[in-house]
Amino acid sequence: MFKRYNINRDILTLSAILIIVPFFFQNDFYYEIAIVSLLNSLICIGLNMLMGYAGQVSLGHGAFAGLGGYIAVILSSNYGITPIFGIFIAVVTMSIFAFIVSKPILRLKGHYLAMATLGVGIIISIVLNVEDELTGGSDGMSVDSFTVFGYEFSSSLQWYVLCAILLVFTIWMFTNLINSPFGRVLRSIEGSEKAANSVGINVSHYKSIVFVLSVVIATIAGSLYAFFSGFISPSEASFSHSIELVVMVVLGGLGRIYGAVIGAVILTILPQLLTSFEDYQTLIYGAIIIFVMIFMPKGIASVYEDVRGRLFASNK
Amino acid sequence: MLQINSVTKQFGGIKAVDDLSFRVKKGSIHSIIGPNGAGKTTLVNMITGVYKVDSGTIFLDGADITNISTDKLVYRGICRTFQNLEICENLTVLENVLLGFDKYMDKSLLKSCFRSKSIQADEARHKQRALHLLELIGLEKLANLKAENLSYGILKKLEIVRALGTSPELILLDEPVAGLNPKETQEVSNLIKTVVADEVTIILVEHDMKMVMQISDYITVMNFGKKLAQGTPEEIANNEDVIRAYLGSGVVC
Repeated sequence: MFKRYNINRDILTLSAILIIVPFFFQNDFYYEIAIVSLLNSLICIGLNMLMGYAGQVSLGHGAFAGLGGYIAVILSSNYGITPIFGIFIAVVTMSIFAFIVSKPILRLKGHYLAMATLGVGIIISIVLNVEDELTGGSDGMSVDSFTVFGYEFSSSLQWYVLCAILLVFTIWMFTNLINSPFGRVLRSIEGSEKAANSVGINVSHYKSIVFVLSVVIATIAGSLYAFFSGFISPSEASFSHSIELVVMVVLGGLGRIYGAVIGAVILTILPQLLTSFEDYQTLIYGAIIIFVMIFMPKGIASVYEDVRGRLFASNK
Repeated sequence: MLQINSVTKQFGGIKAVDDLSFRVKKGSIHSIIGPNGAGKTTLVNMITGVYKVDSGTIFLDGADITNISTDKLVYRGICRTFQNLEICENLTVLENVLLGFDKYMDKSLLKSCFRSKSIQADEARHKQRALHLLELIGLEKLANLKAENLSYGILKKLEIVRALGTSPELILLDEPVAGLNPKETQEVSNLIKTVVADEVTIILVEHDMKMVMQISDYITVMNFGKKLAQGTPEEIANNEDVIRAYLGSGVVC
């Protein structure tokens, strides 16, 4: 059965870790960090699909997650739509938005693409700040509790379980997708757009699809984060959040399925661990990132793969 | 089969291809030769829809294919290789060849995410076909190696094999042996001949005169975007204009 559904060792390991870890949580704060890690992991999986597999950079995914979150939250808090339906509408809206934006933007490459996504992100951030009647401006807005068909998510454990299941399921789907012909097309676009084009692949079409997919995941994670924390502010959609997400993906390992998760978890937890250094917190944070990128240029996940590869080789 | 009617392409003030017409017969190897900058690659790029044609028309088996995009042309049976190698180095050798079969593959998102049986079966079938193609160039043992680890000569052959995956009726080879040593050149030359045996029409752009003269059925010579001469290899080798503009005297074929 495991083989039929492609449930491999990695995904079982991840599930086991997610089940065991809560036993070490001493209070709600641990849960909070864990949940934020999981939600960031989700966004990073989508972003990794775009950046690591299809080779298209985006410096706007924080903004997309934020905007998606705002749409879901405004619909449920101001218009009385149920949260789950609010998220659904947010997903549909953001898909259309991402598709329209992707058409002109993804014609660009490299630095120019980075600039364009950056620009879109900043525009979103400004709009969220300025439209204060709808969004509460820079003060943000409070969010009603999250209910699914009458079932209310109130405790941290409930949220943890929800996010963990969502993450495992997303990774499972993502693994299947990457290993399918569709995934091969994505990787071929990173390899050589000309080559892909020459065998009949409509490159811009696939770039749009993967962009939309990554924005959909960001929207879901962004919405859930807003409902979980009970509050949303434009800082979710800020430039620095977008950069943070990119750093997570690159640090974890571009084009490596678990790289996004590793990067997201480490960079979410790290600032918390470093708070005891007070004034030197940011300095040490930066130094660690630089250190990792110099000694593990392909990301942390690549080290894990190397180690596993060596163990496997020695077993033979 | 392919009919090119007075196509013109201008870059700024320069006419890269100027009022060029010729026909390619089905099942033949039709070479296009000429000095560097004569407009050969521009012509290939126009036929394959990379460049828009300024004026003129291109017909394939009686159907107008002028300015149709590269990816759509693959579905009409036209495929090409590149002068500057275009291989996905991040993929394995086998995956690069599988890419050639892409137009036959089901890539629906839901089926892919949920690992449908039909996609699995499809993939397995195409893998067999891809391995078969790799055998043609003796690469089946290296199938799972990343393409970045292979030499230039092997990748040149890999590109041709990838194009074959699309089962084209017409294949355009843009300098397939540029930069290869004599042995590799001979191998590519043999590969091209075996391809023709499968009734694929070939347009060959190449500077290696020995190979061109050996395998071509017909040659069109270009110079400054215009057609200088055309004919069989013997006619071209003895054509005064061609010798003056390109071949130089004393060519031995």
